[in-house]
Amino acid sequence: MDVFSDSANIDTYVTGFLWILKLTAAATVGALVLGVVLAAFRVSPIPVLRGVGTAWVNIFRNTPLTLIVFFCYFGLYSALGLTLSDDIDRNNYWLGVVGLSVYTAAFVCEAIRSGINTVPAGQAEAARAIGMSFLQTLRIVILPQAGRAVVAPLGSIFIALAKNATIVGTIGLMESSSAMKDLINANGNAVIPIFLVFAGTFAVVLIPTGYLFGWLANRLAVKR
Amino acid sequence: MSSNPDAVLYDHPGPRAKTRNLILTIVFGIVLVALLWWVYDKFDEKGQWAGPLWRPFLDGSTWTDYILPGLWSTVKAAAIAMLLSLVFGIIFAVGRLSDHWWVRIPSGVVVEFFRAVPLLLMMFFIFFGVPFLTEEPMPPFWAVVIGLTLYNGSVLAEAFRAGIRAVPRGQSEAAYAIGMRKNQVMREILIPQAARAMLPVIVSQLVVLVKDTALGYIIGYTELLQNGVNTLGANYGNTVAAAIVAAIIYVVLNASLTFFAGVLERRTRRSGRAPRAGRGAPADTGIVAVGPVGAGGAVEPQG
Repeated sequence: MDVFSDSANIDTYVTGFLWILKLTAAATVGALVLGVVLAAFRVSPIPVLRGVGTAWVNIFRNTPLTLIVFFCYFGLYSALGLTLSDDIDRNNYWLGVVGLSVYTAAFVCEAIRSGINTVPAGQAEAARAIGMSFLQTLRIVILPQAGRAVVAPLGSIFIALAKNATIVGTIGLMESSSAMKDLINANGNAVIPIFLVFAGTFAVVLIPTGYLFGWLANRLAVKR
Repeated sequence: MSSNPDAVLYDHPGPRAKTRNLILTIVFGIVLVALLWWVYDKFDEKGQWAGPLWRPFLDGSTWTDYILPGLWSTVKAAAIAMLLSLVFGIIFAVGRLSDHWWVRIPSGVVVEFFRAVPLLLMMFFIFFGVPFLTEEPMPPFWAVVIGLTLYNGSVLAEAFRAGIRAVPRGQSEAAYAIGMRKNQVMREILIPQAARAMLPVIVSQLVVLVKDTALGYIIGYTELLQNGVNTLGANYGNTVAAAIVAAIIYVVLNASLTFFAGVLERRTRRSGRAPRAGRGAPADTGIVAVGPVGAGGAVEPQG
């Protein structure tokens, strides 16, 4: 474990995981908001919106995230000149957040839509019978129940998001996987400890998170 | 997704709702067209629609020199990784269901570990780290295939485990009753049924696997993203155009796999997985237990 007695190396490690944390946090918010809106689009009575939702899901779910992140950098930033921050790291960070959000939103949308399917039809019929509009039915009756039903799938989506955040390293952000690569190249005699520390950090954080979501899903499940 | 969720949320429109929906359709249609026009205009401003950027795609050599070899590398890595991860998945699923703690616990640790570690981290370790140990360079192809196998194999192991557990208990009881040993019960009774029930999950995992080969780009494996976007884009200065074409190829490839998974799912559901379907509880719980895996667990949106 000599590698990690060097404070510069510890710094690389900590910075790497801080980026992962920040990417995950921002992209979770982005994907959740976008995903709920897309799910509402997909069940709305307006064909144009349904089409937009379907197209979004089919395009982004079937495109590799690596390509999306690549496009955010070389397409949006280099070719089209979209700049999100003057600081180069900040700019790459926000480009990464955009890529992760638009990609993950497609999965959030599908999870929520499958949650909507678990709500018995009678609920929506009852809501309509007392005169609620489509948006009211969705907001007050359907989505709260759908949300509880999809805690487990949403959990695995956000765990995957945290792992996917490593892909932002492609566009030059020193997140954990790039940090590990640099440490390995500089310390060839200690590849195993380096890998175990980086991989272990993910395992130690993400495995309990998975169980937490499973427990939460059980607790929050609507008992029918 | 057999029931139509739309019908749940709103009534059949009456005359007023029809007019309202028509107006909203037109309003949102105009907004959409305006948005698309804005994107088009922004691209146009930067000269992204210029003929020379798109003309290479009409040229046969662009396809034979860049895109098709890249696509072939993608398909090759995905196919080999799929076969290996199926083997890995079956071995570790059976391992996790073993009666011996010294098989069960290590199998569980392996599966949980490889599911939790980001695939890119794994590939970096195999590609940059392992050569320090073996003192031999690691070909990027094998770094991609081994990484994909460990991750997808672990996901499939969990899927198989759920599938094996979903086979009604009477099946293995009957097999033990006629004198089969555990090994035989697993091999001849449980795995074939679990594999069949899990067919749609396996195909959906293939979509994830095809997408994940794109990570090979980062370690210099000349797959579709590397060859068809990076190299091609650098040569013709048309990265945006190349990325759009590559994205279309990925979408078409994966959408057809998803469609295939849907067909398989309907077929396995219709044939009822076994003759005893529709005779109440056992078959029903089997299908319900399989369901959530198909809906959530399988489609882990890894890169």
